Amino acid sequence: MNMMSEAAVEKALDKKMNDISYKMIGKDVSVYYGEKRALYDVNLNVRENTVTALIGPSGCGKSTFLRTLNRMNDTIDGCRVTGRITLDTDDIYDPAIDVVELRARVGMVFQKPNPFPKSIYENVAYGPRIHGLAKAKADMDAIVEQSLQKAGLWNEVKDRLQEGGTGLSGGQQQRLCIARAVAVSPEVILMDEPCSALDPIATAKVEELIHELRANFTIVIVTHSMQQAARVSQRTAMFHLGNLVEENDTDKMFTNPDDQRTQDYIMGRFG
Amino acid sequence: MSISLLLLIVAVIGVAGYLVGSQRASALAGGKLSSLHSRPGYYGSFVAIWAMLPAVLALLVWLVASPIYISSTVRDGFPDEVKAESQATQNLNYNMIGAISRGLSLLTPEERTALYADGTTARTVLAAKGVPLAADPAPYMLKAADDLNRMTTASSTFRSILALIIAVAGGALAYRSIAPRFRARNRVEGVMLVALIGASSIAILTTVGIVASMLTEAVHFFNAVPAWEFFFGTVWDPRFAAAGATDSSGQFGLIPLLAGTLYIGLVAMLVAVPVGLFAAIYMSEYASRHVRSVAKPLLEVLAGIPTIVYGFFALVTVGPFLRDISAQLSGLVTGNYSSFIQAQSVLTAGFVMGIMLIPYVSSLSDDIITAVPRALRDGSLGLGATRSETIKRVILPAALPGIVGALLMTASRAVGETMIVVLAAGVAARMQLNPFEPMTTVTVKIVNQLTGDLEFTSPQTLVAFALGITLFVITLCLNIYALYIVRKYREQYE
Repeated sequence: MNMMSEAAVEKALDKKMNDISYKMIGKDVSVYYGEKRALYDVNLNVRENTVTALIGPSGCGKSTFLRTLNRMNDTIDGCRVTGRITLDTDDIYDPAIDVVELRARVGMVFQKPNPFPKSIYENVAYGPRIHGLAKAKADMDAIVEQSLQKAGLWNEVKDRLQEGGTGLSGGQQQRLCIARAVAVSPEVILMDEPCSALDPIATAKVEELIHELRANFTIVIVTHSMQQAARVSQRTAMFHLGNLVEENDTDKMFTNPDDQRTQDYIMGRFG
Repeated sequence: MSISLLLLIVAVIGVAGYLVGSQRASALAGGKLSSLHSRPGYYGSFVAIWAMLPAVLALLVWLVASPIYISSTVRDGFPDEVKAESQATQNLNYNMIGAISRGLSLLTPEERTALYADGTTARTVLAAKGVPLAADPAPYMLKAADDLNRMTTASSTFRSILALIIAVAGGALAYRSIAPRFRARNRVEGVMLVALIGASSIAILTTVGIVASMLTEAVHFFNAVPAWEFFFGTVWDPRFAAAGATDSSGQFGLIPLLAGTLYIGLVAMLVAVPVGLFAAIYMSEYASRHVRSVAKPLLEVLAGIPTIVYGFFALVTVGPFLRDISAQLSGLVTGNYSSFIQAQSVLTAGFVMGIMLIPYVSSLSDDIITAVPRALRDGSLGLGATRSETIKRVILPAALPGIVGALLMTASRAVGETMIVVLAAGVAARMQLNPFEPMTTVTVKIVNQLTGDLEFTSPQTLVAFALGITLFVITLCLNIYALYIVRKYREQYE
């Protein structure tokens, strides 16, 4: 496993061999919360324009790994990350990298829809505004419209852009949060169990959206639902007790996994 | 038997009741506790409550009723010529009888017999025992005092017997009623509920009582001074005239006091709000857990300093400092070293009061800012916003209603603050806008009006109650509005 990833790192640094292009490369990533170690030397690469699903039982470190990818762990007191993570060729933990710029390139959608207590328009315009992406009001209007369209929300909210974002339904709120992330034009979008607070219909809409977003973005999604991982992702990584157990094509993972633990988890024998 | 000993015995009976009650319940259950309606402890508590509560209530009634009964009996025994005198004289006589009876109980039986034989020595004999009498007692008084003593002793004996009988009987009754299906828990919890309701009503009733007493006195004031002269008068000049003089009506205009109160409050808020808010933002958003755990309690220590200490601080340190520095400044600019800030001034009082208010602002705002869900912070940070952008654009707007509520509560404290302004603001009631001059506040005037040695029924004194009720209404409105805003804000996230 380790050997394979080493090789993969080499490949990616050589750029696009074998038609596989890696957007982000994690090498020997370990995370500590104070004294407690949450991740053990994880080597995981994220392919460009691919949906990578992270699965595993609760507390296995999949969310922790996701949050290392845009350094959201920095906001947690006492959290320490070791190892090396690159975005294209930039080491994102390099002190020279500005975390603000990194997060503009690697956006994030959270478990619980968390629209700001502002209007729908202002929610979407928030990111572009702080990054100065739009000069004139018309530019901003265009960004807001495109983002809402990409998030599949435009038709539902176009007549009430000035109403509060918190007044939307849960599923709409989550798509608003996706639109908000998309508006900054990130390269990678991280999703931390984006459907766990949604009903099945809203979930279906968000999953459909993830499919469409794949064309323009690289997506990493943490999910507790095996079916969701199978439906939306092309690559799947299985975590267990802070270790990466297996990473494979989703089809192979769900039909003929290499590791017994993956098989047990997918069959519902633990977790 | 003294009251405390009696209470102790009743308590012992109660504890015993608890023990036998819970034991009997356990015995009835026969090792199968589930056959009982309530756990054995509830049966025990039930017995204990029945043993103690009625006995204590009876004791209370007795303690109130028996002195009244005894007093009226003794007074009935007064000779007719005494009864014909005024009530005040009768009260004096009764008090004297009380003193004699206390003295009698200190005497040995022989001394007492001697005293009954010759009543004229009473004053000297009793004075020797440390009980001074105002005059030589009339002959009937000795007898009355003797009656009083006997009745008091009898009452005390009856009281003890009654309380003990009730305690034992109540306990026994409750003990007999214990049965497996008896709902002891519901009864006990019912009693607890009544006790809880009682405790909260005491607080509420006290408030009502205070307001009522202030209102009655304020009404007396408004009988002497028209309400519109008080509320809209622009001159405060109560004119402390000698008691009994008829032309002592001063002018009681509220406006200058209110202006001073609001002006000083405004200065205080100008100091407290920025400093407190910035401190709250630092504590909640930037400080590491370690710094926060040390700095926050330290900041809150400020809230524990008695306001009179702030008062000294203003009077002894800040006031003279401002005066001297203003003298230096004017010396530098104009060459004339005369201070333009007076030691007692709006600025001094407002500044020190502002320092006092900082912990209120910061502590309340900190709680409110911390209550903004972490998800909103993460959402903003995840979009590449910096910490300060997150605070300015997401957290503060979300917390704003709560912060406004907190500021209103702080303002109501500023309006009601007394000791700092008494020492630092001055007593001159005037309307002006220069913050370097002294002004006075409603609270200062309440203190002034009540600490004079005027008779209590003069408008000069009664005006304090009118001022008090005005202040009360202002702070009450501020607090209610603040609570309303804070509550509305809480609902947003729940």
